[in-house]
Amino acid sequence: MKAFTALVRRDIRIAARIGGGGGTGLAFFLILVTIVPFAIGPDLNLLSRIGPAILWIAATLATLIGLDRLFQADEEDGSLDLLMTGSMPLAMLVLAKGIAHWAVTGLPLALAAPLLGLLLALEPEAMGAVFVTLLVGTPALTFIGAVGAALTASLRRGGLVLAVLVLPLMIPVLIFGVSAAAAAVGGTVPFRTPFLALCGLSLGSIVIGSLGSALALAFAGE
Amino acid sequence: MRLIAERLACERSGRTVFRDLTFSLAPGEALAVTGPNGAGKSTLLRLVAGLLRPSAGAISLEDDVTDAVVAERVHYMGHKDALKPALTPLEILAFWTDYLGGGGLGCDEALDVVDLAHTADLPSGYMSAGQRRRLSLARLLVARRPLWLLDEPTNALDAGSQDTLRRLCAEHLAAGGLIMLATHAETGIPTRSLRLGGAA
Repeated sequence: MKAFTALVRRDIRIAARIGGGGGTGLAFFLILVTIVPFAIGPDLNLLSRIGPAILWIAATLATLIGLDRLFQADEEDGSLDLLMTGSMPLAMLVLAKGIAHWAVTGLPLALAAPLLGLLLALEPEAMGAVFVTLLVGTPALTFIGAVGAALTASLRRGGLVLAVLVLPLMIPVLIFGVSAAAAAVGGTVPFRTPFLALCGLSLGSIVIGSLGSALALAFAGE
Repeated sequence: MRLIAERLACERSGRTVFRDLTFSLAPGEALAVTGPNGAGKSTLLRLVAGLLRPSAGAISLEDDVTDAVVAERVHYMGHKDALKPALTPLEILAFWTDYLGGGGLGCDEALDVVDLAHTADLPSGYMSAGQRRRLSLARLLVARRPLWLLDEPTNALDAGSQDTLRRLCAEHLAAGGLIMLATHAETGIPTRSLRLGGAA
C-alpha cells in the first residue's frame, strides 16, 4: 500500500512540474470548447441543446492528450523496468498510474466543464449534470486509454496509433455520458438509468483496463 | 541465499542468444558476465531480474524466505538511469525507498555515500552523466535487496566514484549479498567470471 501511494504521489508531482504536461489536456479542452460557438454561431438554443455533447466530445479528445506518455515516459528512461521489480502486482501499478493520471487530467476537465457551460449557454441543471457525468465517466476514458498506452508504450510516435486504437472503445462511455447529461435537462429517459450504466462502465473499465494494460506491459517487455 | 540458474536459454525474435547456461551464486559471491558485444550480457541480467522470460530453463532462489520471487529480491541497474528530470535526488530516493521496500540507509545518508549531498535539492535533469550514475548507485543503498544486477556499472563514473562503487560492492558482498555484473572493463571487484560466447 505504501508503494501504491508513493507511485501515485510521484506521478502527480511529476505532472505538476515544468514539462510534466499536466495542464496540456485541460488547455486543449478549453480551446476546443471555445471554438465551437465561433463555428456554430450565436444560436443560443442550438448551443444549449448540443452543449453537453460538445463538452463530452471535447473531454474525450482531451483525455487522449498526454495518454501516450502514461507508460512511455517510464519505458524510455528505464523506470518501468525498476517499477516491475517492485513487489506490487503489475495491475496495481497500472491502477496507481491511472489514478494519478486521472487526477491531473480527467478531474480538472470535470471541474472546468461547468464554467465552460457558460460559453455554450447551458442551464444550471445541465452544468451540474455535465459535471457529475464527467466526474464519473472520465475514469472510464482514462483506463480504456491505458490499455492503448500500454500497447504503444515502446512505439515511437505511438500517440496517433493510440487514438485510433482506443477512440472506438470509448464510444459506449460517450453515449451514456451524453444521454445522462441530456436526460437531466428533460427528455423521456430518467437521469438515473443512463447514469447508472455510466457508473457501471466506469467501474468495469477500471478493472478491465488495469488487467488489460498489465498484460500488454508484460508482453511489451519481451 | 543462493541464486541458481539451470540450463537457461534465451531467444530474441527467433535468434538464440545463448542456451544451456548453468551457474549458481552463493552468498558473498560476485559473478562477472563478460563477452563481446551482442553476446547477451544485458539479456542475461534482464532475465534474472524477471524482465524477460527464458525460453527454456529456470532461475530460482534458495532462500530462508518462503515463496521468494527473484524479481522482488533484486536491484537492477541497467543502461538507463531511470531518473525523472523534474524530480530532485531526494524526492527520487524517497520514492524508491517507499516503492522498493526500504530497509537500507536513509536518503540523506545514501546521498552522502555517493557524494551527492550538495545536489540533494537540484532537479536531476541538471545533473551530469556521472552524477546521474552515482544517484542510481544511491538507489541500491536505500532499499535492502540481496541480489544486485549491475549492467556496465562503471560507465560515466570517474576514478573516485569507481572506488566508491568498489567499496559499496565489497560491503554488500561482506554482508552476504550477491552481485552479477556485466562488464567490459576491469572493475577491481573480486569475481568469478562467466564468459558468454560470440553470436552463436
